[in-house]
Amino acid sequence: MSIGHTLLGILESGPRHGYDLKRAFDEKFGHDRPLHYGQVYSTMSRLLKNGLVEVDGIEAGGGPERKRYAITDAGITDVEQWLATPQKPEEYLQSALYTKVVLALLTHRDAADILDTQRSEHLRSMRILTDRKRKGDLADQLICDHALFHLEADLRWLELTAARLDKLREAVAR
Amino acid sequence: MTTSPPGSLLTAQDLRKTYGHTHALDGAEFSIHPGEVVAVMGPSGSGKSTLLHCLAAILPPDSGSITYNGREVTTMSDAQRSALRRSEFGFVFQFGQLVPELTCVENVALPLRLNGTSRKEAERAALGWMERLEVDDLKGKRPGEVSGGQGQRVAVARALVTSPRVLFADEPTGALDSYNGERVMKLLTDAARSTNAAVVLVTHETRVAAYSDREIVVRDGKSRDMERAI
Repeated sequence: MSIGHTLLGILESGPRHGYDLKRAFDEKFGHDRPLHYGQVYSTMSRLLKNGLVEVDGIEAGGGPERKRYAITDAGITDVEQWLATPQKPEEYLQSALYTKVVLALLTHRDAADILDTQRSEHLRSMRILTDRKRKGDLADQLICDHALFHLEADLRWLELTAARLDKLREAVAR
Repeated sequence: MTTSPPGSLLTAQDLRKTYGHTHALDGAEFSIHPGEVVAVMGPSGSGKSTLLHCLAAILPPDSGSITYNGREVTTMSDAQRSALRRSEFGFVFQFGQLVPELTCVENVALPLRLNGTSRKEAERAALGWMERLEVDDLKGKRPGEVSGGQGQRVAVARALVTSPRVLFADEPTGALDSYNGERVMKLLTDAARSTNAAVVLVTHETRVAAYSDREIVVRDGKSRDMERAI
């Protein structure tokens, strides 16, 4: 999962402090692996350097200064491109896909579109394997079948998610 | 006047079909070239079977255009559409396609017999297709005496015996296990490619769709061509 893109996506709904960003990330995507503060601040410095976010304001308090970050137009384009690019089929793909789907819903983009594009990318891999299988010997067939069943499992998850998009949209909006 | 993509054999544009208040097709588009296998995918109730039935001249759409080989299908009479289906199209469905009283070779020969071919000639051609689908040893058996996978391969042979230019397959492996389903798909697509027939394959199974060249996704009666989408 791309932490940078996820934080950028969260920022699309409005400027936030680093602490708020971490809290929003952990709540939606962190589950059993919350972000460290260090990760948030190092990621934000990188995004700042690349012009994808800007400092929207600085609050001076009793402790260290608190920067408030806002996404730039270049940042919005970057999120847009990331969401539209299908993930390379691989193990534990669903965590990256889940993040994309939730971010699309959070930012009012078409989540079904992301799932369609991903299905197509998976099918592309499945066609290559199927072609190898039809031309190959029994060993080829068995090896390709193993990979095909794994890809099919991803796709089943994808179809189920597509069928539950309305419920997920409600849950995300809460 | 509508235009078809260059070289396409069958094209549909802006198809609409309503059942009561349900929009089964809501501006669906489709095109297929000779020798191409296109999977039509989408959730249950999305309109994929309605799209297939419209493309196959079984069901007239409420509006929109369907062009087959340069001819507008939607303005054809029932008799013309029926003749088109008999002479140019082949069909494979999920269930109940074979006539139980006839032997397998008689079933495969049936479309040729209905077109006026002699029994001897029709059964000779039927046997040729049964060999390609690896079911020639079942020629004297009746459908009730063969397995689901064998019966489906007999049905594919019957669909191809008239050398159709378009084969319509609606969930052709839906009632089969993985092994038999894949065997049917391999033989079906090999046979279709060898005759340059186009195949419109409606399926919700991705392993079956992987035998296609490209896919379109139907959702809420609207289609999306994934090759053009990426």
